Amino acid sequence: MAAKKIAITVKVWRQTDQKVKGSLETYSLSDISTDMSFLEMLDVLNDQLTMEGKEPVAFDHDCREGICGTCGAVVDGVAHGPERETTLCQLHMRHFDNGQTICIEPFRAKAFPIIRDLIVDRSAFDRIIAAGGFVSVNAGSAQDGNNTLVAQHRAEQAMDAAACIGCGACVAACPNAAAMLFVSAKISQLALLPQGHAERKMRAQAMVTIMDNEGFGNCGNERECENVCPKGISIRNIARLNREYLRATLAANE
Amino acid sequence: MSWFIQTCTSSLGKKYIMAITGLMLGGFLLVHAAGNSSIFWGRSAFLSYAEHLHSLGPLIPVAEIILLSIFLLHVITGITLFLQNLQARADRYAVSKPAGGRTWGSRTMPYTGAAILLFILMHLFNVHFIEHNLPIADTVNAVLSRPFYTHLYAAGMTVLALHISHGFWSLFQTMGINHPRYNTLIRIGGYLFTGLIIAIFLFIIFLLLFSPGYLM
Repeated sequence: MAAKKIAITVKVWRQTDQKVKGSLETYSLSDISTDMSFLEMLDVLNDQLTMEGKEPVAFDHDCREGICGTCGAVVDGVAHGPERETTLCQLHMRHFDNGQTICIEPFRAKAFPIIRDLIVDRSAFDRIIAAGGFVSVNAGSAQDGNNTLVAQHRAEQAMDAAACIGCGACVAACPNAAAMLFVSAKISQLALLPQGHAERKMRAQAMVTIMDNEGFGNCGNERECENVCPKGISIRNIARLNREYLRATLAANE
Repeated sequence: MSWFIQTCTSSLGKKYIMAITGLMLGGFLLVHAAGNSSIFWGRSAFLSYAEHLHSLGPLIPVAEIILLSIFLLHVITGITLFLQNLQARADRYAVSKPAGGRTWGSRTMPYTGAAILLFILMHLFNVHFIEHNLPIADTVNAVLSRPFYTHLYAAGMTVLALHISHGFWSLFQTMGINHPRYNTLIRIGGYLFTGLIIAIFLFIIFLLLFSPGYLM
């Protein structure tokens, strides 16, 4: 399909730093190619703003191929925009109409303070990972292959959970700004595999404690998170986290 | 003991409390609906059911205190979760659109909960915190033969249905039960449970409105 040119109006959240209250500013863009990605459209907007001597819109981005988890904004009320299982950088302008007004806001959560415009501080996720999202047992030298058998369906589920890129859309979409989908994916990818078993109790307790301390909300099973997740992570992982935490708190160490 | 308190005050612990107390309150509702369905067999069956209940003697205040504790735990934990969740997103979105997960039940959970609390208070002031000098059948009849109360009770049941429509599935998810093999069963079970309870109560409400002499 040949690219078309569309004219759009964008309302972008502008905020100079964490302390100053921000507001939505309206900008008009013409000649936006429908083959552009959403971030390329923002690049065009920033060119235009720079030419006008105005401050460009600050937004996070890195790989622009949907695998790094750096980009993200709430487009017309939906994290990463209207396309399912698509990061903002992989969202294309062909999904928008000529003359459409698009509202672009940062991910909002107390645990994700806004640094500037659309950039939020997601280091709370890093601190959750640092609390237990790793395997630290010293397992010695590698054993023979196939010594430890892993059922295919468990390996698949672990890989599905490991697809999480930590973008934070789940928190942005959650009506309670809970981080359960992220934490559950990180817990699941290890809980499902033998390497993760030695530390599973410590991991569940430590990661949930930090999650709570960072100021994320409580899961209300609203299922918004799995609907915006660019990697299609299922809330089955949240049920697994619920089991892991229950097991970690109820069962005593031998 | 510290591990227990730590678990109960964590975000997941509070969800477990909501799920377990919710399940218990659901169990109470089922028993309450089953007991009240004695009304369908007429005045004497209903009075005999009430009499049997009262013959339990000291077990009744014990049961009442347990039920009240479960209820208060559910309400207080619910309010705590509601306030914490409001705090977790202090700045709201200018544009907010559901992505497809939320249902009417899930998005109204705290509000239907508050409405059910008010409904239960009204219900208790109608049939419990009163002078018990009339047989219970006459008290119930006096309340439910008035269309004003029919509306209030029917509205209460609708709100309750909405609350359970999310709560039933939600409690399984919170307790870690989510598997393609069981999910359909849980969903259908939820509809049947809600439907059965609400149908019994609504039937009683409308029976006593349209047939005022039924319990005489």
